[in-house]
Amino acid sequence: MRFLLSCTLLLLAGPVLVAEPVLAETIFVSNEKDNQIAVVDGDSLQIKNKIKVGRRPRGITLSADGTQLYVCVGDDNRIDVVDIASGKIVHTLPSGPDPELFVLSPDGKKLYVANENDNMVTVIDVADRKAIGNIQVGVEPEGMGISPDGKILVNTSETTNMAHFIDTEKHSVVGNVLVDSRPRVARFTDDGKQVWVSSEIGGTVSVIDAAALKVIKKIRFEVTGVRREAIQAVGIQMTKDGKRAFVALGPANRIAEIDTDSFEVKRYFLVGQRVWNLAFSPDEKRLYTTNGISNDLSVIDLERNKVIKSIPVGGAPWGIVVKP
Amino acid sequence: MLIGYLARQEDPRTPLSFLEPVATDEGLQGARLALADNNTTGVFLKQSYRLVEQVLPQDGDIAAGVKALADEGVRFVVADLPADALLAAADQPEAKSMLLFNARATDDALRNEQCRANILHTAPSRRMLADALAQYLAWKKWPRWSLLTGRDPGDTLYAEAVRRAAKRFGGKIVAEKSWTFDTGNRRTDTGVTTIQSDIPLATQGPDYDVLVVADEAGDFGDYLDGRTWYPRPVAGTQGLTATAWSRVNEQWGGTQLQSRFEKLAGRWMTQRDYAAWLAVRSVGEAAARTNATGFGDLTGYLHGPDFELAGFKGEALSFRAWDGQMRQPILIAGPRMLVSVSPQEGFLHPVTPLDTLGDDAPESKCRLNR
Repeated sequence: MRFLLSCTLLLLAGPVLVAEPVLAETIFVSNEKDNQIAVVDGDSLQIKNKIKVGRRPRGITLSADGTQLYVCVGDDNRIDVVDIASGKIVHTLPSGPDPELFVLSPDGKKLYVANENDNMVTVIDVADRKAIGNIQVGVEPEGMGISPDGKILVNTSETTNMAHFIDTEKHSVVGNVLVDSRPRVARFTDDGKQVWVSSEIGGTVSVIDAAALKVIKKIRFEVTGVRREAIQAVGIQMTKDGKRAFVALGPANRIAEIDTDSFEVKRYFLVGQRVWNLAFSPDEKRLYTTNGISNDLSVIDLERNKVIKSIPVGGAPWGIVVKP
Repeated sequence: MLIGYLARQEDPRTPLSFLEPVATDEGLQGARLALADNNTTGVFLKQSYRLVEQVLPQDGDIAAGVKALADEGVRFVVADLPADALLAAADQPEAKSMLLFNARATDDALRNEQCRANILHTAPSRRMLADALAQYLAWKKWPRWSLLTGRDPGDTLYAEAVRRAAKRFGGKIVAEKSWTFDTGNRRTDTGVTTIQSDIPLATQGPDYDVLVVADEAGDFGDYLDGRTWYPRPVAGTQGLTATAWSRVNEQWGGTQLQSRFEKLAGRWMTQRDYAAWLAVRSVGEAAARTNATGFGDLTGYLHGPDFELAGFKGEALSFRAWDGQMRQPILIAGPRMLVSVSPQEGFLHPVTPLDTLGDDAPESKCRLNR
């Protein structure tokens, strides 16, 4: 009987495996300590490859056509361009000193890079592989966000504590909004009306009205059993329908989910230690988070609202991007 | 916006180790860097800052220095002075309408019986340093300490703070000795002859877990490690050192502060530079947050509950209401590596674990009338 049962299971399992979609996403994680990009298969949740890049890779993003990865390698003062198919660095871009974070223009032609050491944002023409301009901003530029139409760039400066709004045509600062201490990440909502800025030391997210250049809401977090100082907001992601926002809370080891209408925190997900950044699967059924101290990637099932897996990915995972 | 910097010329401090430079501009460079940081931010707020540097001769008259700053219209002053000169400055008639930042003196009396309403302390107190070290030694379960104290009055005060910290955090001082041998000199004494035979004598006695040294001026402490009677670690003012800042820290974005400082000063940032940086940045932060430059607006904000400063130590720094001390994490620094940061996990406090370091409100003897 037992034999029969296992046979049946095998028979059942066979066709299911074959029918598995072959177009599962690929997750790329920058490991700042290992100087590698971990390539994780979104279907099996196994590491497929590790790509060696320059020293201290942090910011990571996909090219517009999805065939290349741009990786900020801060200690080598450049951006590595990785061909995804071959897993090799094909060339580098001149980023200016110590690039940490960047954002690609919606048309895929320009990269805007924060140079932490030089109070500067560098604009790179991706095709020409040349720096075509720079913009003076506050002390320790860090987070970079761009409006959906590509006209306004937002940079945060960690010691000046501002979100600088920059006209991308004129390369000039058009407005500054003061936020809480040590702002890290800036993200436009998909309708372009708001910019969400996380403050690491302040432990808050400021929601800025992008037209009025005013903070319209300051979102605070409270986790039972976690001291206030450990709640340090970093990475931000929002679903395409604009309804759910997720904020990584650093050493609080939590992801907060926020209702974007009420700005209320709906729940906290316990993930790995010192969670930095996060990315959705293309169908937005999952959220992946990079956990810098526990050296893993947490997988959150957003339909069941449960953390379902943690995958060791290497030394000090920081940035993350998902390719459909 | 004017910010004053008040100091007296001193003989250059000559560290025993050749790895450390002889610095003649400690403190001042920290203030200059923070001024540049404030001005970068100020561009976006239409605020600009100028540092009025008032460095008096060695025996210069503090009263005249304060008056000169007042005459220029300076009301925020970074005082890079020892305790007695700081009090002399704070008690000048002109200083009644000033706010002084104590960026140097670690004396606990300044946070207690001798506290002043017109002083905020960005330098840590000796008790904060000793408590930070004691918490780490408690966490390590190294409770038996031998205390070796130098001849300077500051060393005696440091030793007092160590004794108090032992009581608070479960340390036991098994022996106390004074350093009675010669002090060192890096040019004429390499340590391999006289010092090598002096130190075993000075550290003999009952066995202990850690040798805690109180040598603020660095006259002999750096000679201890590797020469003690017992094979035990050295901690305190040398060895495993509790300090507000050290080159070994690059966590929490510290890389940027260290590299900005080195570009400006051509040397490493010390605790004294860091305290001056905090002072000038505090004024800049208050001006940015209040979008004001008036003395009353800024002091109100600095003393209030909303003030927060990011100081590259992983959490916000603010001033204690009861004694004007800036609460801050304290680094436990080795000579080449960051070893730990206090407060340590598990030392609990109803408001903030940072207030487990130094004088908490109930124990403070400071009675301010602001």
